[in-house]
Amino acid sequence: MNDFSRILTWLPQLLLGARTTIVITILAVGIGLILSLFLALGKMSRIFVINKFCSAYIFFFRGTPLLMQIYFLYFGLPQFHPALTIRSAFVAAMIAYTLNSAAYLAENIRAGIQSIDKGQFEAAKTIGMSGAQTMRLVIIPQAVRRLIPPVGNEFIMMLKDVSLVAIIGLADLTKVTRAISSSSATALVYIPAMIIYLIITALFQFVFNTLEKKYSVYE
Amino acid sequence: MSIIRTEELCKNFGDLQVLQNVNLTVNSGEVVVIIGPSGAGKSTLLRSLNTLETITSGKIFIEDNLFCRAEQGVIKEEMSKEDKKAALLDMGMVFQRFNLFPNMTVKENVMAGPVHVKKTPKEEAEKRALELLEKVGLADKADAYPSRLSGGQQQRVAIARALAMQPKIMLFDEPTSALDPELVGEVLNVMKDLAAQGMTMLCVTHEMGFAREVADKVVFMADGQILEEGTPEEIFNHPKTAKAQQFLSSVL
Repeated sequence: MNDFSRILTWLPQLLLGARTTIVITILAVGIGLILSLFLALGKMSRIFVINKFCSAYIFFFRGTPLLMQIYFLYFGLPQFHPALTIRSAFVAAMIAYTLNSAAYLAENIRAGIQSIDKGQFEAAKTIGMSGAQTMRLVIIPQAVRRLIPPVGNEFIMMLKDVSLVAIIGLADLTKVTRAISSSSATALVYIPAMIIYLIITALFQFVFNTLEKKYSVYE
Repeated sequence: MSIIRTEELCKNFGDLQVLQNVNLTVNSGEVVVIIGPSGAGKSTLLRSLNTLETITSGKIFIEDNLFCRAEQGVIKEEMSKEDKKAALLDMGMVFQRFNLFPNMTVKENVMAGPVHVKKTPKEEAEKRALELLEKVGLADKADAYPSRLSGGQQQRVAIARALAMQPKIMLFDEPTSALDPELVGEVLNVMKDLAAQGMTMLCVTHEMGFAREVADKVVFMADGQILEEGTPEEIFNHPKTAKAQQFLSSVL
Protein backbone atom coordinates (compact mmCIF):
# COMPACT_ATOMS: atom_id res chain seq x y z
CA MET A 1 0.00 0.00 0.00
CA ASN A 2 1.54 3.33 -0.96
CA ASP A 3 1.63 6.37 1.35
CA PHE A 4 -1.14 8.22 -0.39
CA SER A 5 -3.68 5.45 -0.13
CA ARG A 6 -2.73 4.92 3.52
CA ILE A 7 -3.49 8.56 4.20
CA LEU A 8 -6.84 8.14 2.45
CA THR A 9 -7.78 5.28 4.74
CA TRP A 10 -7.01 7.43 7.81
CA LEU A 11 -8.89 10.40 6.55
CA PRO A 12 -12.38 9.53 7.88
CA GLN A 13 -11.01 9.14 11.42
CA LEU A 14 -8.98 12.32 11.14
CA LEU A 15 -12.00 14.28 9.94
CA LEU A 16 -14.06 12.95 12.83
CA GLY A 17 -11.35 14.21 15.18
CA ALA A 18 -11.30 17.53 13.35
CA ARG A 19 -15.05 17.83 13.84
CA THR A 20 -14.65 17.55 17.61
CA THR A 21 -11.87 20.13 17.51
CA ILE A 22 -13.91 22.57 15.45
CA VAL A 23 -17.12 22.16 17.44
CA ILE A 24 -15.39 22.76 20.76
CA THR A 25 -13.46 25.74 19.39
CA ILE A 26 -16.45 27.48 17.89
CA LEU A 27 -18.84 26.82 20.76
CA ALA A 28 -16.30 27.75 23.45
CA VAL A 29 -15.17 30.99 21.83
CA GLY A 30 -18.71 31.80 20.69
CA ILE A 31 -20.29 31.41 24.13
CA GLY A 32 -17.14 32.81 25.71
CA LEU A 33 -17.61 35.94 23.64
CA ILE A 34 -21.06 36.60 25.10
CA LEU A 35 -19.83 35.93 28.62
CA SER A 36 -16.78 38.12 28.08
CA LEU A 37 -18.89 41.13 27.15
CA PHE A 38 -20.48 41.04 30.61
CA LEU A 39 -17.10 40.46 32.24
CA ALA A 40 -15.58 43.41 30.39
CA LEU A 41 -18.47 45.73 31.31
CA GLY A 42 -18.27 44.38 34.86
CA LYS A 43 -14.58 45.09 35.10
CA MET A 44 -15.25 48.68 34.01
CA SER A 45 -18.17 49.00 36.42
CA ARG A 46 -17.94 51.44 39.30
CA ILE A 47 -19.92 49.05 41.48
CA PHE A 48 -17.30 47.61 43.80
CA VAL A 49 -18.60 44.05 44.12
CA ILE A 50 -19.15 43.58 40.39
CA ASN A 51 -15.82 45.15 39.54
CA LYS A 52 -13.88 42.98 41.99
CA PHE A 53 -15.71 39.80 41.03
CA CYS A 54 -14.97 40.27 37.33
CA SER A 55 -11.35 41.24 37.99
CA ALA A 56 -10.86 38.16 40.17
CA TYR A 57 -12.49 35.91 37.58
CA ILE A 58 -10.20 37.19 34.83
CA PHE A 59 -7.16 36.96 37.10
CA PHE A 60 -7.93 33.35 38.02
CA PHE A 61 -8.59 32.02 34.53
CA ARG A 62 -5.63 33.77 32.97
CA GLY A 63 -3.37 32.95 35.90
CA THR A 64 -3.79 29.16 36.06
CA PRO A 65 -3.02 26.61 33.34
CA LEU A 66 -5.92 25.64 31.12
CA LEU A 67 -4.83 22.02 31.51
CA MET A 68 -5.23 22.27 35.27
CA GLN A 69 -8.64 23.94 34.91
CA ILE A 70 -9.84 21.03 32.78
CA TYR A 71 -8.48 18.46 35.20
CA PHE A 72 -9.98 20.22 38.16
CA LEU A 73 -13.39 20.62 36.58
CA TYR A 74 -13.65 17.01 35.43
CA PHE A 75 -11.80 15.05 38.10
CA GLY A 76 -11.49 17.50 40.98
CA LEU A 77 -14.95 18.96 41.53
CA PRO A 78 -16.75 15.62 42.08
CA GLN A 79 -14.48 15.00 45.08
CA PHE A 80 -15.66 18.17 46.74
CA HIS A 81 -19.32 17.33 46.25
CA PRO A 82 -20.92 14.58 44.18
CA ALA A 83 -23.47 17.07 42.84
CA LEU A 84 -20.63 18.82 41.03
CA THR A 85 -19.94 15.78 38.86
CA ILE A 86 -19.98 16.44 35.14
CA ARG A 87 -20.67 13.11 33.46
CA SER A 88 -19.93 14.05 29.89
CA ALA A 89 -16.29 14.76 29.08
CA PHE A 90 -17.49 16.87 26.17
CA VAL A 91 -19.61 19.10 28.43
CA ALA A 92 -16.76 19.42 30.92
CA ALA A 93 -14.38 20.43 28.16
CA MET A 94 -16.88 22.93 26.80
CA ILE A 95 -17.33 24.56 30.20
CA ALA A 96 -13.60 24.79 30.86
CA TYR A 97 -12.77 26.21 27.45
CA THR A 98 -15.67 28.67 27.52
CA LEU A 99 -14.79 30.01 30.96
CA ASN A 100 -11.14 30.26 30.00
CA SER A 101 -11.57 31.99 26.68
CA ALA A 102 -14.10 34.41 28.21
CA ALA A 103 -11.35 35.67 30.53
CA TYR A 104 -8.97 36.40 27.67
CA LEU A 105 -11.69 37.87 25.45
CA ALA A 106 -12.91 40.11 28.26
CA GLU A 107 -9.58 41.90 28.38
CA ASN A 108 -9.65 42.37 24.60
CA ILE A 109 -13.18 43.76 24.77
CA ARG A 110 -12.30 46.10 27.60
CA ALA A 111 -9.32 47.41 25.64
CA GLY A 112 -11.55 47.80 22.56
CA ILE A 113 -14.17 49.79 24.46
CA GLN A 114 -11.63 51.95 26.23
CA SER A 115 -9.92 52.78 22.95
CA ILE A 116 -13.06 54.59 21.75
CA ASP A 117 -12.68 58.36 21.84
CA LYS A 118 -14.12 60.04 24.94
CA GLY A 119 -15.88 62.51 22.65
CA GLN A 120 -18.20 59.72 21.51
CA PHE A 121 -19.50 59.25 25.07
CA GLU A 122 -19.89 63.02 25.46
CA ALA A 123 -21.72 63.46 22.17
CA ALA A 124 -24.09 60.62 23.07
CA LYS A 125 -24.70 62.18 26.47
CA THR A 126 -25.52 65.60 25.02
CA ILE A 127 -28.26 64.14 22.84
CA GLY A 128 -29.70 62.44 25.90
CA MET A 129 -28.68 58.82 25.41
CA SER A 130 -28.55 56.67 28.53
CA GLY A 131 -25.39 54.79 29.40
CA ALA A 132 -26.83 51.55 28.05
CA GLN A 133 -27.95 53.20 24.81
CA THR A 134 -24.53 54.77 24.36
CA MET A 135 -22.92 51.35 24.72
CA ARG A 136 -25.36 49.57 22.44
CA LEU A 137 -25.73 52.14 19.68
CA VAL A 138 -22.42 53.98 19.65
CA ILE A 139 -19.55 52.35 21.52
CA ILE A 140 -19.94 48.61 20.96
CA PRO A 141 -20.52 48.87 17.18
CA GLN A 142 -17.25 50.79 16.93
CA ALA A 143 -15.44 48.48 19.33
CA VAL A 144 -16.58 45.41 17.35
CA ARG A 145 -14.55 46.54 14.38
CA ARG A 146 -11.43 46.79 16.52
CA LEU A 147 -12.18 43.48 18.21
CA ILE A 148 -12.25 41.40 15.07
CA PRO A 149 -8.46 40.82 14.88
CA PRO A 150 -8.00 39.78 18.54
CA VAL A 151 -11.13 37.58 18.45
CA GLY A 152 -9.82 35.90 15.30
CA ASN A 153 -6.59 35.34 17.17
CA GLU A 154 -8.47 33.75 20.05
CA PHE A 155 -10.21 31.30 17.67
CA ILE A 156 -6.91 30.25 16.16
CA MET A 157 -5.22 29.81 19.54
CA MET A 158 -8.19 27.88 20.89
CA LEU A 159 -8.14 25.56 17.88
CA LYS A 160 -4.80 24.26 19.08
CA ASP A 161 -5.54 24.46 22.81
CA VAL A 162 -8.40 22.02 22.19
CA SER A 163 -5.76 19.28 21.79
CA LEU A 164 -5.66 19.23 25.60
CA VAL A 165 -9.05 17.50 25.72
CA ALA A 166 -7.27 14.19 25.15
CA ILE A 167 -6.54 14.09 28.89
CA ILE A 168 -10.22 13.63 29.69
CA GLY A 169 -10.65 11.06 26.94
CA LEU A 170 -12.07 13.08 24.08
CA ALA A 171 -10.87 12.24 20.60
CA ASP A 172 -9.92 15.50 18.95
CA LEU A 173 -7.73 15.76 15.88
CA THR A 174 -4.43 15.54 17.79
CA LYS A 175 -5.57 12.58 19.86
CA VAL A 176 -6.78 10.69 16.75
CA THR A 177 -3.51 11.42 14.99
CA ARG A 178 -1.44 10.06 17.86
CA ALA A 179 -3.61 6.95 18.06
CA ILE A 180 -3.18 6.24 14.35
CA SER A 181 0.52 6.92 14.58
CA SER A 182 1.07 4.39 17.33
CA SER A 183 -1.19 1.73 15.89
CA SER A 184 0.30 1.99 12.40
CA ALA A 185 3.82 2.59 13.69
CA THR A 186 4.46 5.54 11.39
CA ALA A 187 4.72 9.29 11.70
CA LEU A 188 3.23 9.75 8.25
CA VAL A 189 -0.21 10.55 9.68
CA TYR A 190 1.12 13.78 11.17
CA ILE A 191 1.37 15.30 7.71
CA PRO A 192 -2.34 15.13 6.76
CA ALA A 193 -3.24 16.08 10.35
CA MET A 194 -1.17 19.22 10.19
CA ILE A 195 -2.61 20.05 6.79
CA ILE A 196 -6.11 19.76 8.26
CA TYR A 197 -5.13 22.16 11.08
CA LEU A 198 -3.78 24.60 8.52
CA ILE A 199 -6.94 24.37 6.41
CA ILE A 200 -9.13 25.12 9.45
CA THR A 201 -6.87 28.03 10.40
CA ALA A 202 -7.05 29.36 6.84
CA LEU A 203 -10.85 29.19 7.00
CA PHE A 204 -10.91 31.14 10.26
CA GLN A 205 -8.56 33.70 8.75
CA PHE A 206 -10.76 34.04 5.69
CA VAL A 207 -13.90 34.55 7.79
CA PHE A 208 -12.24 37.18 9.98
CA ASN A 209 -10.67 39.04 7.07
CA THR A 210 -14.09 39.17 5.43
CA LEU A 211 -15.70 40.43 8.63
CA GLU A 212 -13.01 43.06 9.00
CA LYS A 213 -13.66 44.34 5.50
CA LYS A 214 -17.40 44.35 6.06
CA TYR A 215 -17.11 46.35 9.29
CA SER A 216 -14.65 48.79 7.77
CA VAL A 217 -17.21 50.36 5.46
CA TYR A 218 -17.39 53.50 7.55
CA GLU A 219 -13.67 54.02 7.98
CA MET B 1 -36.17 85.43 30.57
CA SER B 2 -32.76 83.87 30.99
CA ILE B 3 -32.18 80.47 29.46
CA ILE B 4 -29.00 79.86 31.43
CA ARG B 5 -27.66 81.72 34.41
CA THR B 6 -24.72 80.90 36.65
CA GLU B 7 -24.01 82.32 40.06
CA GLU B 8 -20.51 82.26 41.53
CA LEU B 9 -19.63 79.19 39.51
CA CYS B 10 -16.28 77.64 40.46
CA LYS B 11 -14.51 74.64 39.07
CA ASN B 12 -11.24 73.16 40.31
CA PHE B 13 -9.13 70.50 38.72
CA GLY B 14 -7.21 69.36 41.79
CA ASP B 15 -5.52 72.50 43.11
CA LEU B 16 -5.97 74.36 39.87
CA GLN B 17 -8.84 76.84 39.85
CA VAL B 18 -10.18 76.71 36.31
CA LEU B 19 -13.29 78.80 36.94
CA GLN B 20 -13.56 81.42 39.65
CA ASN B 21 -16.90 82.93 40.62
CA VAL B 22 -18.32 83.07 37.14
CA ASN B 23 -21.61 84.92 36.81
CA LEU B 24 -22.98 84.49 33.33
CA THR B 25 -26.45 85.10 31.95
CA VAL B 26 -27.72 84.09 28.56
CA ASN B 27 -31.18 85.47 27.78
CA SER B 28 -33.67 83.93 25.43
CA GLY B 29 -32.88 84.78 21.81
CA GLU B 30 -29.45 86.14 22.65
CA VAL B 31 -26.18 85.23 20.97
CA VAL B 32 -23.42 85.35 23.56
CA VAL B 33 -19.84 84.86 22.44
CA ILE B 34 -17.07 84.02 24.90
CA ILE B 35 -13.57 85.04 23.89
CA GLY B 36 -10.26 84.98 25.67
CA PRO B 37 -6.81 83.43 25.68
CA SER B 38 -6.43 79.66 25.79
CA GLY B 39 -6.54 78.29 29.31
CA ALA B 40 -9.04 80.96 30.32
CA GLY B 41 -11.64 78.31 31.21
CA LYS B 42 -14.00 79.06 28.31
CA SER B 43 -14.56 75.45 27.29
CA THR B 44 -14.75 74.30 30.89
CA LEU B 45 -17.50 76.85 31.53
CA LEU B 46 -19.49 75.56 28.57
CA ARG B 47 -18.95 71.95 29.59
CA SER B 48 -19.97 72.69 33.16
CA LEU B 49 -23.34 73.92 32.00
CA ASN B 50 -24.38 70.59 30.49
CA THR B 51 -22.74 68.44 33.17
CA LEU B 52 -19.84 67.20 31.02
CA GLU B 53 -17.84 68.66 33.90
CA THR B 54 -19.10 68.64 37.47
CA ILE B 55 -18.89 72.00 39.14
CA THR B 56 -17.02 72.55 42.39
CA SER B 57 -19.28 75.23 43.78
CA GLY B 58 -21.88 77.75 42.73
CA LYS B 59 -25.31 77.57 41.14
CA ILE B 60 -26.63 76.96 37.65
CA PHE B 61 -30.16 78.03 36.72
CA ILE B 62 -31.97 76.81 33.63
CA GLU B 63 -34.90 79.05 32.67
CA ASP B 64 -34.72 80.55 36.16
CA ASN B 65 -35.13 77.15 37.85
CA LEU B 66 -32.27 75.90 39.97
CA PHE B 67 -30.50 73.22 37.94
CA CYS B 68 -27.88 72.45 40.53
CA ARG B 69 -26.05 73.95 43.46
CA ALA B 70 -22.68 72.69 44.61
CA GLU B 71 -20.42 73.42 47.56
CA GLN B 72 -16.86 72.20 47.88
CA GLY B 73 -17.18 69.68 45.08
CA VAL B 74 -20.42 68.17 46.35
CA ILE B 75 -23.81 68.65 44.68
CA LYS B 76 -26.10 69.97 47.42
CA GLU B 77 -29.28 70.53 45.48
CA GLU B 78 -30.47 69.62 42.04
CA MET B 79 -33.55 69.16 39.90
CA SER B 80 -35.44 65.88 39.90
CA LYS B 81 -34.03 63.33 37.51
CA GLU B 82 -36.75 63.88 34.90
CA ASP B 83 -36.46 67.66 35.01
CA LYS B 84 -32.70 67.40 34.78
CA LYS B 85 -32.90 65.13 31.76
CA ALA B 86 -35.38 67.47 30.08
CA ALA B 87 -33.21 70.49 30.87
CA LEU B 88 -30.15 68.80 29.40
CA LEU B 89 -32.07 68.00 26.23
CA ASP B 90 -32.84 71.69 25.90
CA MET B 91 -29.11 72.30 25.48
CA GLY B 92 -27.61 71.30 22.14
CA MET B 93 -23.85 70.96 22.06
CA VAL B 94 -21.41 71.25 19.19
CA PHE B 95 -17.86 70.10 19.85
CA GLN B 96 -14.55 71.27 18.51
CA ARG B 97 -13.84 67.80 17.14
CA PHE B 98 -17.38 67.14 15.81
CA ASN B 99 -17.76 63.77 17.58
CA LEU B 100 -20.09 62.38 14.96
CA PHE B 101 -20.81 58.67 15.38
CA PRO B 102 -18.62 57.08 12.68
CA ASN B 103 -20.65 53.86 12.65
CA MET B 104 -23.79 55.70 11.53
CA THR B 105 -24.55 57.47 8.28
CA VAL B 106 -25.05 61.22 8.30
CA LYS B 107 -28.82 60.78 8.40
CA GLU B 108 -28.63 58.19 11.18
CA ASN B 109 -26.46 60.54 13.21
CA VAL B 110 -29.14 63.22 13.01
CA MET B 111 -31.96 60.73 13.70
CA ALA B 112 -30.25 58.98 16.63
CA GLY B 113 -31.43 61.39 19.34
CA PRO B 114 -35.04 61.78 18.19
CA VAL B 115 -35.53 58.03 17.56
CA HIS B 116 -33.76 56.56 20.59
CA VAL B 117 -34.23 59.29 23.17
CA LYS B 118 -37.42 61.11 22.21
CA LYS B 119 -38.99 57.96 20.70
CA THR B 120 -40.08 59.86 17.61
CA PRO B 121 -41.44 57.50 14.92
CA LYS B 122 -38.71 56.65 12.40
CA GLU B 123 -40.46 58.15 9.35
CA GLU B 124 -41.04 61.43 11.13
CA ALA B 125 -37.47 61.56 12.45
CA GLU B 126 -36.13 60.82 8.99
CA LYS B 127 -38.21 63.54 7.40
CA ARG B 128 -37.05 66.01 10.01
CA ALA B 129 -33.42 64.88 9.64
CA LEU B 130 -33.54 65.48 5.90
CA GLU B 131 -35.02 68.94 6.46
CA LEU B 132 -32.22 69.78 8.88
CA LEU B 133 -29.57 68.46 6.50
CA GLU B 134 -31.15 70.59 3.79
CA LYS B 135 -30.85 73.54 6.12
CA VAL B 136 -27.11 72.99 6.66
CA GLY B 137 -26.67 72.31 2.93
CA LEU B 138 -25.91 68.60 3.15
CA ALA B 139 -29.07 66.86 1.99
CA ASP B 140 -27.06 65.08 -0.72
CA LYS B 141 -24.77 63.51 1.89
CA ALA B 142 -27.59 61.95 3.94
CA ASP B 143 -26.47 58.37 3.28
CA ALA B 144 -22.72 58.96 3.44
CA TYR B 145 -20.62 57.98 6.43
CA PRO B 146 -18.94 60.84 8.32
CA SER B 147 -15.46 59.65 7.31
CA ARG B 148 -16.29 60.57 3.71
CA LEU B 149 -17.00 64.18 4.67
CA SER B 150 -14.69 67.16 5.06
CA GLY B 151 -14.28 68.69 8.51
CA GLY B 152 -16.59 71.54 7.64
CA GLN B 153 -19.26 69.16 6.42
CA GLN B 154 -18.90 67.00 9.52
CA GLN B 155 -19.33 70.02 11.74
CA ARG B 156 -22.47 71.06 9.87
CA VAL B 157 -23.87 67.55 10.40
CA ALA B 158 -22.99 67.87 14.09
CA ILE B 159 -24.99 71.09 14.21
CA ALA B 160 -27.94 69.35 12.53
CA ARG B 161 -27.66 66.49 15.02
CA ALA B 162 -27.87 68.91 17.94
CA LEU B 163 -30.76 70.82 16.32
CA ALA B 164 -32.69 67.58 15.83
CA MET B 165 -33.36 67.52 19.57
CA GLN B 166 -35.04 70.95 19.23
CA PRO B 167 -32.92 72.58 21.91
CA LYS B 168 -33.70 75.96 23.43
CA ILE B 169 -30.04 76.89 23.44
CA MET B 170 -27.07 75.81 21.38
CA LEU B 171 -23.64 75.59 22.99
CA PHE B 172 -20.72 75.83 20.58
CA ASP B 173 -17.32 74.79 21.89
CA GLU B 174 -14.77 76.24 19.46
CA PRO B 175 -16.69 74.80 16.50
CA THR B 176 -14.20 75.98 13.88
CA SER B 177 -10.90 75.50 15.69
CA ALA B 178 -10.23 72.05 14.23
CA LEU B 179 -11.04 73.11 10.67
CA ASP B 180 -8.81 74.02 7.77
CA PRO B 181 -9.06 77.78 7.20
CA GLU B 182 -11.01 77.44 3.96
CA LEU B 183 -13.72 75.39 5.71
CA VAL B 184 -14.37 77.81 8.57
CA GLY B 185 -16.71 80.01 6.54
CA GLU B 186 -19.28 77.33 5.76
CA VAL B 187 -19.70 76.48 9.45
CA LEU B 188 -19.91 80.13 10.50
CA ASN B 189 -22.55 80.72 7.83
CA VAL B 190 -24.73 77.97 9.29
CA MET B 191 -24.27 79.52 12.73
CA LYS B 192 -25.17 82.97 11.40
CA ASP B 193 -28.33 81.56 9.86
CA LEU B 194 -29.23 80.00 13.17
CA ALA B 195 -28.67 83.28 14.99
CA ALA B 196 -30.77 85.11 12.42
CA GLN B 197 -33.61 82.65 13.06
CA GLY B 198 -33.58 83.63 16.72
CA MET B 199 -31.78 80.63 18.23
CA THR B 200 -30.28 81.30 21.63
CA MET B 201 -26.57 80.61 21.34
CA LEU B 202 -23.55 80.49 23.60
CA CYS B 203 -20.36 80.22 21.59
CA VAL B 204 -16.75 79.86 22.57
CA THR B 205 -14.76 80.90 19.55
CA HIS B 206 -11.61 82.52 18.27
CA GLU B 207 -13.47 83.93 15.26
CA MET B 208 -13.49 87.59 16.16
CA GLY B 209 -15.23 88.55 12.93
CA PHE B 210 -18.13 86.28 13.85
CA ALA B 211 -18.25 87.68 17.38
CA ARG B 212 -18.31 91.26 16.12
CA GLU B 213 -20.95 90.59 13.50
CA VAL B 214 -23.34 88.19 15.24
CA ALA B 215 -22.97 88.54 19.00
CA ASP B 216 -25.46 90.44 21.09
CA LYS B 217 -23.06 90.18 23.99
CA VAL B 218 -19.34 89.43 24.10
CA VAL B 219 -17.81 88.00 27.24
CA PHE B 220 -14.08 88.23 27.78
CA MET B 221 -12.56 85.59 30.03
CA ALA B 222 -9.04 85.21 31.38
CA ASP B 223 -7.63 83.09 34.19
CA GLY B 224 -10.97 81.48 34.93
CA GLN B 225 -12.80 84.75 35.43
CA ILE B 226 -15.10 86.95 33.42
CA LEU B 227 -13.17 90.19 33.19
CA GLU B 228 -15.47 92.12 30.88
CA GLU B 229 -18.76 91.78 29.12
CA GLY B 230 -20.64 94.07 26.80
CA THR B 231 -21.70 94.69 23.25
CA PRO B 232 -19.19 93.80 20.52
CA GLU B 233 -18.65 97.54 20.06
CA GLU B 234 -17.76 98.00 23.75
CA ILE B 235 -15.45 95.00 23.98
CA PHE B 236 -13.68 95.30 20.65
CA ASN B 237 -13.39 99.07 20.41
CA HIS B 238 -13.16 100.10 24.04
CA PRO B 239 -11.75 97.24 26.10
CA LYS B 240 -11.32 98.41 29.68
CA THR B 241 -8.97 95.87 31.24
CA ALA B 242 -5.32 95.55 30.32
CA LYS B 243 -5.72 91.80 29.73
CA ALA B 244 -8.51 92.34 27.21
CA GLN B 245 -6.56 95.09 25.46
CA GLN B 246 -3.54 92.85 25.24
CA PHE B 247 -5.55 89.87 24.01
CA LEU B 248 -7.43 91.83 21.40
CA SER B 249 -4.31 93.50 20.06
CA SER B 250 -2.77 90.07 19.59
CA VAL B 251 -5.71 88.55 17.73
CA LEU B 252 -7.15 91.43 15.72
